[in-house]
Amino acid sequence: MRRLGFAAAAALMLAGAPALADDTLFQDMGGQDAIVKIASDATDNFLADDRIKATFDNTNMDRFRKLLAEQFCVVAGGPCTYTGRSMHDAHKGLHLDNADFNAVVEDLQKAMDKDGVPFATQNRFLARLAPMQHDVVTK
Amino acid sequence: MFDNGKLLATGGVSSLEGAGGGGLASWALITGYGTRDGVGVDGHATYISLPDYSLWTEGAAVGLFDRVELSYTHLTFDTEKVGATLGLGKNFEFDQDVYGAKVKLVGDAVYDQDSLLPEISVGLQYKDTDHGAILHAVGAKSASGTDYYIAATKLFLAQSLLVDVTLRETKANQFGILGFGGDKHDDYSTQIEGSAAYLFSRQFALGAEYRSKPDNLGIAREDDSWDIFAAYFLNKHVSLTAAYLDLGNIVIKDHQNGVYLSLQVGE
Repeated sequence: MRRLGFAAAAALMLAGAPALADDTLFQDMGGQDAIVKIASDATDNFLADDRIKATFDNTNMDRFRKLLAEQFCVVAGGPCTYTGRSMHDAHKGLHLDNADFNAVVEDLQKAMDKDGVPFATQNRFLARLAPMQHDVVTK
Repeated sequence: MFDNGKLLATGGVSSLEGAGGGGLASWALITGYGTRDGVGVDGHATYISLPDYSLWTEGAAVGLFDRVELSYTHLTFDTEKVGATLGLGKNFEFDQDVYGAKVKLVGDAVYDQDSLLPEISVGLQYKDTDHGAILHAVGAKSASGTDYYIAATKLFLAQSLLVDVTLRETKANQFGILGFGGDKHDDYSTQIEGSAAYLFSRQFALGAEYRSKPDNLGIAREDDSWDIFAAYFLNKHVSLTAAYLDLGNIVIKDHQNGVYLSLQVGE
């Protein structure tokens, strides 16, 4: 009976596997801890970047770090919930241009370099973030 | 104004005719690192060493608001010993001016990762070659001509792959170095060129290109061309491209394959 139960559970897991969200990228980036670290390192880079740091003058950075990690986790296919505003609402009125957006990309790339994410994996992640340009850049 | 706001390598390099692109292919990307709120300028010098000929180009280009590109390139084709064989004199040179303009119509090769739409641009290249009398003697109908092209370029970022496909309406013989139109064929024909490059890092790409060419002159067969290239982007101001280039037959010499080296500097 126990053996049957195990087999049934295994069969259920196998059958259920394709229905789960694809978290390959999440795993390839190193999982939850790595993504929290990437989000935090990227935030440090934003705040040290003369091109964009003024954008964060009125931002609660602890909350920002947490939301960025949530968002990165969701985008990578991880088991998280993003509790922040939509990209459109979060950037409304900031008048960001493409150079600002690209500065953020470069700072994130630098963070992923530091945290040992391979270049090809970085690009898979950036490919999912890139279309956010349409909502973030309003200028 | 010079915002250097684009991401590294996303302005391409300087193609043979001065347009932002690869080596043989003109791409849809607007040259330089200016975003749609800025301007980018760059200059380039390219040297091609073939078994029986050599070729120099120098030029400059400006990208305006990531929308319009204007370029000028001067090309010098050295016939080396072939010049003497043909009775023109050793190291007889053909010089050509290329004035280029390109306009981006739609799409963004980098941001539009949620769609298959490429960045699409149209362009023209007005080319004017000297020694018109000699060009006519070999069968060319004109010493100057205009190429028209439509280019589609897409970065498949998740695959780290950049792909371009360009269609060109042209009458040029050997890129126009041997004039335009010929005794065999004097109409525009549609030629195809393209590049595929794999990005190994933000600074380094390896790729291959192909470019078909018309075959207008009775005096000599003209072949399609291809290359394999490596591009290194030191930063947004300096890039180096090296390639192995095969131009096939040029006049009386077959197998014109050799080395292509190009330096681009910009702001």
